[in-house]
Amino acid sequence: MTLFLQQLVNGLSLGSIFALVALGYTMVYGIIKLINFAHGDIYMVGAYIGYMAITSLKVGLFPAIIIAMITCAVLGVVIEKIAYKPLRNASRITSLITAIGVSLLLEYVMMYFMGAGVRTFPDVMDKTKIEFAGLSITSAQLLILGTTLLLMLLLQFIVKKTKIGKAMRAVSVDADAARLMGINVDRTISYTFAIGSALAGAAGVLVGVYYNTISPLMGVTPGLKAFIAAVFGGIGVIPGAMFGGLFIGVAETMVGVYWSSLIKDAVVYIILILILLIKPSGILGKNVKEKV
Amino acid sequence: MKHYVNKNTMTWTLFAAVVFALIEGLILADILDSYYQVTLITICINIILALSLNLIIGYSGQFSLGHAGFMAIGAYCAALTLAKLPNLMGLLLGILIGIVISGIIALIIAIPTLRLRGDYLAIATLGFSEVIRIAILNMDVTGGAAGLSNIPKITTFPVIYIFILITLIVIVNFARSSHGRACASVREDEIASESMGVNTTKYKTLAFVIGAALASVGGALYAAYFYVINPGTFGFQKSIDILVIVVFGGMGSLTGSIVAAIILGFITLALQSFAELRMILYAVAIIVIMIYRPSGLFGNKELNITKLFKKKERKEAK
Repeated sequence: MTLFLQQLVNGLSLGSIFALVALGYTMVYGIIKLINFAHGDIYMVGAYIGYMAITSLKVGLFPAIIIAMITCAVLGVVIEKIAYKPLRNASRITSLITAIGVSLLLEYVMMYFMGAGVRTFPDVMDKTKIEFAGLSITSAQLLILGTTLLLMLLLQFIVKKTKIGKAMRAVSVDADAARLMGINVDRTISYTFAIGSALAGAAGVLVGVYYNTISPLMGVTPGLKAFIAAVFGGIGVIPGAMFGGLFIGVAETMVGVYWSSLIKDAVVYIILILILLIKPSGILGKNVKEKV
Repeated sequence: MKHYVNKNTMTWTLFAAVVFALIEGLILADILDSYYQVTLITICINIILALSLNLIIGYSGQFSLGHAGFMAIGAYCAALTLAKLPNLMGLLLGILIGIVISGIIALIIAIPTLRLRGDYLAIATLGFSEVIRIAILNMDVTGGAAGLSNIPKITTFPVIYIFILITLIVIVNFARSSHGRACASVREDEIASESMGVNTTKYKTLAFVIGAALASVGGALYAAYFYVINPGTFGFQKSIDILVIVVFGGMGSLTGSIVAAIILGFITLALQSFAELRMILYAVAIIVIMIYRPSGLFGNKELNITKLFKKKERKEAK
């Protein structure tokens, strides 16, 4: 039982990271129906920005997270303006392929400048273990859980209580109607990219602290898994992404422990295939009939 | 039989023969040494893979990101058969087994996933190809992460050239049959074609299975040339590589895929020592093509040799 609870804690920490990345996928998909394949790479850029902020600018962990979030937000908006905006009315396959192109671009530009090798993330916090009822929680795990919780509450506040959040919800329901109501759709989309990318940037720094290593291709697999988390929870639904991220994190950890660590990576894809077959709209998603 | 003997097919046959004679001659004369032959064979394998993916994406409008998975099946089937029977017969047998297995797996994948549309399908196929890769990674017979090595080198230029021609003939004939036209109607508008009585799931499945089987042929030829295969070769990146060729050449254009595979092959050769720069160039090319010319090099049109010659004749007549 203790082992189970311990793994639950580990799974939730991993899941928080997935959830933060999944939020960006789900928000962007909700608003422009694009699977932003580059999102996993924005998370990678976030990790590198955090790394550089800590090693070059000698700032602490929290300023590094803030710097990474701001840089990623700007990067997200720039990518949207350059690559996705001209394709607003193009077919979905076209925008999807563009997103793959952006993803490759970020990966290999980073590789060109920073080298393909793995870098060690600096130790910014002492890794104390907190013993609690037979469970041991590292301070890094507490940091991840705490930061994720804080960011999610902030996101909920932005989406539910502010004007821009209201605009985002309106555009995701019907962009044309929102435009008729005087909402600046382009600016709303930019804000969505900014918020989603900032969350990914924060997740990147957190993962650097947690695993101690970063590499230019670190975003590919977590990006896919976070996307699966978003689909699992119901893509376009913000609480769905949070739930999906945590679920995928826990499921992966549990299978790794109780079954085989080699199967671990396949589990996520099997979950994806099952959810697509049983309920393609996701656990918390609503069924939308396609209109002719 | 008379139906097949017309000016167009004759020109193409002649063209194919001339190209073959030219390249084989260069190989025999030792102008194309073994260094360039690797590029040549890679281009040929990419042509087969791109053609087969084009059948799925360009002709039936289904977006598959899992082509590397089927390539892996073909490669492993061929490698395992060649270990028992290291000659051309072994390769042919391996290809046949690969076609059957990948066809069956494609069918299993297709029936549920092809009900999905657009991006969901892309993600589902991506998921399946990852499952295939992880399964290969975990099996004993496939040698795990180290893969299989010492595969006899059976693939030669004539062998692979024949397979390119077979692939082309299969796809062209499929595309021009009533099944092919049904696929095209699904591509143009799925809901409209469904309401006209086209069994959309059936035709999407058909194109997907044929495409997957042809991809496994490409994989088998790959295994029989490069001595070593491992699961890492057939990752997501490989699927993207093939996709880039199809997109670059134009979705729905077979000659486009061939030309794109050749051009990208030369670019790869030229930038061999700058792997990262090559990928950056690739990425920028994808984005720019998608923004300014989403239909690719040739759109969905074909390069027509008969017309090309006719134009020349007309010019000469003037």
